[in-house]
Parts: sequence; structure tokens; C-alpha cells
Amino acid sequence: MKKGIKKGLIAGFTLLLTAGLTACGNNNNANNSANAAADAPEATTSATNAAATAEATKAPAKDPVELLNVSYDPTRELYENYNKAFAAYWEQETGQKVTIKQSHGGSGKQSRAVIDGLEADVVTLALGYDIDALQETGLINEGWQNKYEHNSSPYTSTIVFLVRKGNPKGIKDWPDLLKEGVEVITPNPKTSGGARWNYLAAWGYALDHNNNDEAKAQEFVQELFKHVPVLDTGARGSTTTFVERGIGDVLIAWENEAYLSIKELGPDKFEIVNPSESILAEPPVAVVDKIVDKRDTREVSEAYLKYLYSEEGQTIAAENYYRPTLESVKEKVKDQFPEIKLFTLADKFGTWKETQEKHFNDGGIFDKIYVPGS
Amino acid sequence: MKVSTTAAAQRKVLPGFGLTMGYSVLYLSLVVLLPLSALLINSTGLTWAKFWDVATDARVLASYRVSLSTAAAAALTDAFLGLLMAWVLVRYEFPGKRIFDALIDLPFALPTAVAGVSLTALYSQNGWIGSLVEPLGLKVAFTPLGITLALMFIGIPFVVRTVQPVLEDLDRDMEEASATLGAGRWRTFLRIILPELLPALLTGFALAFARGIGEYGSVVFISGNMPMRTEIAPLLIMTKLEQFDYAGATSVALLLLLISFLMLLVINTLQRWARKSSR
Amino acid sequence: MAGTVPMYAPKQKSGVSSPATNESSVVKWVLIAAAGLVLLWLIALPLIVVLTEALKRGWDVYIAALTDPDAASALRLTLLVAAITVPLNTVFGVAAAWAVTKFRFRGKGFLITLIDLPFAVSPVIGGLIFILVFGSHGWFGSWLSDHDIKIVFALPGIVLATLFVTFPFVARELIPLMEDQGTQEEEAAITLGARGWQIFFRVTLPNIKWGLLYGIILCNARAMGEFGAVSVVSGHIRGETNTLPLHVEILYNEYQFSASFAVASLLLMLALVTMIIKSWLLRKNAH
Repeated sequence: MKKGIKKGLIAGFTLLLTAGLTACGNNNNANNSANAAADAPEATTSATNAAATAEATKAPAKDPVELLNVSYDPTRELYENYNKAFAAYWEQETGQKVTIKQSHGGSGKQSRAVIDGLEADVVTLALGYDIDALQETGLINEGWQNKYEHNSSPYTSTIVFLVRKGNPKGIKDWPDLLKEGVEVITPNPKTSGGARWNYLAAWGYALDHNNNDEAKAQEFVQELFKHVPVLDTGARGSTTTFVERGIGDVLIAWENEAYLSIKELGPDKFEIVNPSESILAEPPVAVVDKIVDKRDTREVSEAYLKYLYSEEGQTIAAENYYRPTLESVKEKVKDQFPEIKLFTLADKFGTWKETQEKHFNDGGIFDKIYVPGS
Repeated sequence: MKVSTTAAAQRKVLPGFGLTMGYSVLYLSLVVLLPLSALLINSTGLTWAKFWDVATDARVLASYRVSLSTAAAAALTDAFLGLLMAWVLVRYEFPGKRIFDALIDLPFALPTAVAGVSLTALYSQNGWIGSLVEPLGLKVAFTPLGITLALMFIGIPFVVRTVQPVLEDLDRDMEEASATLGAGRWRTFLRIILPELLPALLTGFALAFARGIGEYGSVVFISGNMPMRTEIAPLLIMTKLEQFDYAGATSVALLLLLISFLMLLVINTLQRWARKSSR
Repeated sequence: MAGTVPMYAPKQKSGVSSPATNESSVVKWVLIAAAGLVLLWLIALPLIVVLTEALKRGWDVYIAALTDPDAASALRLTLLVAAITVPLNTVFGVAAAWAVTKFRFRGKGFLITLIDLPFAVSPVIGGLIFILVFGSHGWFGSWLSDHDIKIVFALPGIVLATLFVTFPFVARELIPLMEDQGTQEEEAAITLGARGWQIFFRVTLPNIKWGLLYGIILCNARAMGEFGAVSVVSGHIRGETNTLPLHVEILYNEYQFSASFAVASLLLMLALVTMIIKSWLLRKNAH
């Protein structure tokens, strides 16, 4: 008996070890995960791409470098274009080749991944709260928000309405959303970063029109959410609900998202309505100090973010429907982005930490809409 | 290998107990138990007070109710439909049987999110089915009914695939004997076949149920996620993670896990007990 | 040695049996029709939606989605992960089923329930636990980062999460089957002088092979299709740690609905291929 169990344990260990070794491959070298896939025997023949990059990294001259940019969902096209532009610029400036790897996902989820060990050189997320969380764990030094201009937000956006063609319900401004029979689609602020901007935009509008009366603003927002029939977990879920399922009369969305969905899903079916007043959404960027120091990529990472503020970076942002912050580019695309009276988070709410605690955390104001007692 | 002869060897004439048992337990511990214990013993500061606070919150309780009732309804329906499908697949020959058989597993292969999106597309007010039934006053998408449907889709292979091998293996002698003794086909089914299939059927039910309780990806699209009404417990785990509240997320998950574990344990024990008494 | 072991003829699969054990053809066809309807309604319709969505924008978009380099690398990763996890869980499943069904011991129900446990764990938690163990704030986090070993947000993490999620499939498929078969045949083989592995390969395996095959197919399907748990540990690095299901989600989140459903249909085809292999094996066996 005993001997048998021992045998079982040994067999088990051997099996797991073998598997472990296969899985880990040569996980210890620099660009490990790409190689782990390439080195495992099953993939060798087909993984020529990965092998080619690995080959390239060994080339002499100034050592080529790889960055990981951890971003949120809708920025894929923006960074796909920008990464190319930056790589060209950087090679011309310094002669160094740079490859930027991208990771996209929900903003909060991405932030958690970086906290838990995803080695991002730079983060470009949907809201400051998610970068604050990185600062709290010591990955990012304090004062990240002042490191770059405009609160470290190279491009901005705002919250607008997407309505069905012809605007059958006559939606022009925030109070119209509360009209009898109007269904509003917005994602759940508890799971979606974008939805928090939506909520705050409505709140800020109500504050302005009620002499900064918090109770009135709360009433307004609560009433608004009574018009929401479906709370999707993410912005794209809401867009699908509105566009593909035909549910709701108005979708509250980021301006860049609204433009993109019109471009992708049908210019003849929807139109954008700009409210009289909205929030200035500032998706911030930051260098992850701990990682760039460990990987020795600070110089290029900082340049990467800095270049977002350049003429070229700003133009690419504008082409992807983000509002540029550089005056010269702003002037060029001023027809694309209509003037809306915008307030900032700091104007009305203070810091993200305060806002999150007051409104969105468990037991916060948002919860009270659905669970009166909590 | 020498056949082990130990004290408790009533049935242990067969070799390999130590080897298989040792290996199973080791593997189980490494892959499942060790990581799961991280839920219990983590550094995120989960205290009893916090656990109790979270677990008894009205919204959390409501989400448990939604998750448990829809998962139970789905698993029960799956048990009936799955038995039907397994029966047809094993006992009859018909054109297209092979395709039929192949399709059963596809709910596993489809990423759950895709399943959720497709089901929502079918059952929402402008979908193929939704546009038919909604005028009749039956709302499916964004109601508990929709959640149940998604869970049925996710769970059906469990039932079919646990019943199928047992049914294939079933000895037909008993059926013949029953028939010769004058029992009708239906009676034979109820008295002879069903009792033989019951353990597998119960297992299938339990697995579908347990899977349903924890399912997230396919449900969030079709559920509408309205707090207190169609908000499922796994979604609350996500919202707590989104606030970096690991302890809260763990509390919800632990209770969920405990419920499924107890349910599985009861069914497994019942089954063993029924089997013992029938032999 | 082999000669001393009597070969057990596999149980006669009575395809043609006496009318007494068959239903009337009316009942038969009603049942078949009912099952067919259920299949169509519950399983086939959602799949048809996937296919129509995938082809909504024409074949060009469909082909483009599948030949995209990111999709190709996601496919490679998915196949690699399945190639590692399925054999491991198969070996475990057979061992566990043998231990559980061929012997009596205390706490058997408890052990089976522990094996079932991963089914009951929400996929999100299935991923989170590995973060809690191997993440940078987890148990081994600092040790791993000191030694520059990556587990989560790299291939090993994805493999672990998939192992966890697909852990019970093979065992769960075999346990009811082997329970049902009892131990008589194996015991008979013992008395005739067969040894451990011989019993397994000559007596048990032929009896359980279809159950085993089902288990492997299910395990494989789930290993390739798993989304929730893998999504937590993957890190979503394009072209590196994105599996096919994650790639589907990313495309979906980029408004590339058709492309995302196209990639999803690829997963369906992979599952169909495994089923076709099974059919082929079945037929080959019949001859």
C-alpha cells in the first residue's frame, strides 16, 4: 500500500514536472512569453513570426527595445497607428528600433492586471482612478498626474448622446432623457469606466442647473437610471444593445465611441446629439516607474508618452475621434468637434478617489438607486 | 506489481489503488485545492465581520436568489431534455445522427461570451425568436427566463454526455425479461431503465447546476444586469473586483462555492447510498 | 504473458434486438422529432446566429479575420494550451476513476465532490485564485519576480487556469460508467493471473474507451473555448497571450462584429473536427 502511494506521488511529480517544463519553456530569457510559445515543440514550425522577432532582438547597434502599453478597449486603432508613427520617429531620432506590444481590456481589469504583475512600461487607461490604484501599490510614483501637460491626458473626449436617425423622441439635452417613455442605454458604472463618466456628466449638469444642490442632482440621476432598461457591463455591450438589439431611444456614450459606432455600424441609422453641457473626459497616461526602472526602458517610455503631445501624435488622436489638446491641431479639426460647454472632474467632484468612494463604491449613491436601504 | 494484501481488502483485490489514489490526490491538491485555498487564506484582509457583512447584504442575497433559482430551473430542464437526446442518440438510427451527436458538444467549445451575444441576438425584441414571442407577452431577453435559457445552453452537454455512455452500456437482458413478463414499454422504462440511468442523470443535473451557479460570460449579455432582479452573483464578484475590493469579491465567491459544494456533496453521497442499497 | 489473459469480448451492442425491447415506430419517430427540435432550438439556433453574423459582411471579411496574424497566433496558443492540458487531465481522470470505482474507502463521496469542485467555481474565480498564488502580491509573487519567472500573464498561467477549469471532465465522464461496470471483469482477470497494467489495457480500457473518448473531447472543447478564467490570467497581450476566445472578445469590443463571430466559428469548427475524428474512430472500430 504505502509503496504504491509513494509510486503514485513520484509518477505524479514526474508528469507534472514534464508538463511544467514544457509550459515554462525557456521562460527565463528576456522576451519570455513570445518564446515560450515558440519553443514548445508543438509550435516550432508555425511560430516563425515570434522566432523572427527574437532573431531581430539579437541584432547589434543600439539594442532594440520592446515596450508594453496596457490600455483600455476603444484605443486599439489609435495606438495601432500611433505605435507605427512613434517607432519611425524614435528610430530616426536615436537609431534604436522599438516595438510596442499592446494589451487592451476593461480599464479597471487592466489596472488590476498591472498590479498583479503584468509588466507594463506605460499605461494608457480610461480614468485616473485606475492609475491612482497603481500609485497606491507603489508601482507608479506620486504626482504622476502632473508629469505631463493637461493632467497627463494628451487627448480628451466628452460624453454625448447617440440617437436613432431623425431623433424621433426629440432628444436635445439631459432633461429630455427623463421624459416619459424615453429609454436610456448606459452601461453599469460599477463595472465600466466609461459609464462612470456618463453618470458624472449627468450629475454635473444637474448640479449646474440646481444651484449646486446635491440632493437635486441625486434625484436627477436616480430618475435617469429609472429610464435604463438594461445595464450592460461594458461600453461595447451597451452599444450592441442599442445598435444591434434596437433597444432604447438614446445611448449615452463617449464622443469618440459615438463617432466610431456611426462610422462602423451605419451613418444612415444614427445621429449624434450634443448636450448643452457635458464633462471633459480625461483618459490619462503614465509611465509605470517600477517596471521601467527594472527593465531599463524609462527613456523610451517617457518619450513614447511625450510624443503623444506632438503634432503627429495629436493628429492621430484626432483622426481617431479623440479631442486633441495641442492648439495647432485643435484649430485644424475644429469642425469635427463642436463646442460644448465642458466641466472637469476637478471642477465638480474633486479627486477620483473621493468620487469613487462617494458615488460608486458599495453603499455609495449609485447603489441607493437600486437598493433604497443600503 | 505485487497485488497488495492489506487488512481492509474486501474488494481491494485489484492492484493500483496506491498508485492511482496517490496520483489523484496529489494532482487534485496541486491543481485545485492549493489554488482554491488561496481564496481562504489570502492577504486581502478578509475577516468574519466583513464576510458576514457582504454575505448578508440585501443585494448580494438577491443575486444569490437569481443565480440559484435560474441554475436550478435550467439544470432540471436540461435533465429532461438531455435524457431525451441521449436516448434518441443511443437507441435509434436516423439520418443525420452523426451531425446531431457532433452538435451536442458545441456549447463547450463556443466561448461563453459568444454564446451570450448570440442568445441575446435570438431572444431580444428584434431577434428571430424574440420578435415572435414578445408580441405574445413573453419577454425572454433581460429577464430571469433569459438567464435560464443561457444556462440551459451551457449545461445541456453535461447531461447528455454523462447519460450517454451509461445508456450505451446498459444491458438489454433486463428489458427483455421485463417485456417477457408482460410489462409495457413505458413501465419497463420507468421501472428498469430509469433507475439504472438515475445516477448518471443526477450527476448530469448536479454538474449543470453547479456550472450554472458560477457562469458569468454568457449570462451578462442576456440578463440585463438589473440590480435586485436579474443581477447574478458572479457579476457582483466582478463589480467588487472593479473597486479593488478583493475581500468582498472573495466573500461572495466563497459562499457561492460553499453552496455548490454542499449540493454536489449531497447528490454524490445520496447516489453512493442508493447504489449500495440497490446492490 | 499476453496469452494467459483471456480476452473479454466486448459486450454485444445489440443494435438489432427483439421487438419487445423496442418502441413502436410511431413513438420512435416522435421521440426523434422531439429531440431534433430541442437540438435545433437549444443548440443549433445560436450556432446559426454565429455563422450568419460571421458571414454578414461577406467572405472577404471572414477570410481576412481568420488570416489575421493576431488570429493565427491566438490559434497557435489555443492549440498549444489544449495540447498540454488535455493529456494531463486525461491521465488524472483515468487514475482518479480507477481509484474511486474499483476500491472501497471512506470519504469517497467527498473525494468525488472535490473532483467536481472546479465546475462549481465561477470562471472569474478560477482565474483569480492563480493571481492570488502567483501574482506579484500572491504567495510566490516576490520569489517569482526575484527569479524572473513569469507564471501569470504568460503561458504557464493560461495553462494552469485551463487545467483547473477542465480538471473534472474526464474523471466525471468515467466514474459513473466504471461504477456501472463494477469490478467483476477485472477480478476475473486477476484470478487468471493478469497483472496490473494488463488488466487495465486489456480489460478496462476496451470497456471504457467510448466514455474516455467523450471525456477527452469535452475536455478538449472546453479547454479551447474557456474564456472567463483565462481572461483573468492572460494579460491580453496581442499576438502573445491572447487565446482564440479572448481574441473573439477583443474583436467584438472593437466593433468588428463579423470578424469576431468569424473567429468564434473557427472554434466551432475545431470542435467539429474533434467530433469527426471520434466518428471516424467509431466507424473504424466497427469494422
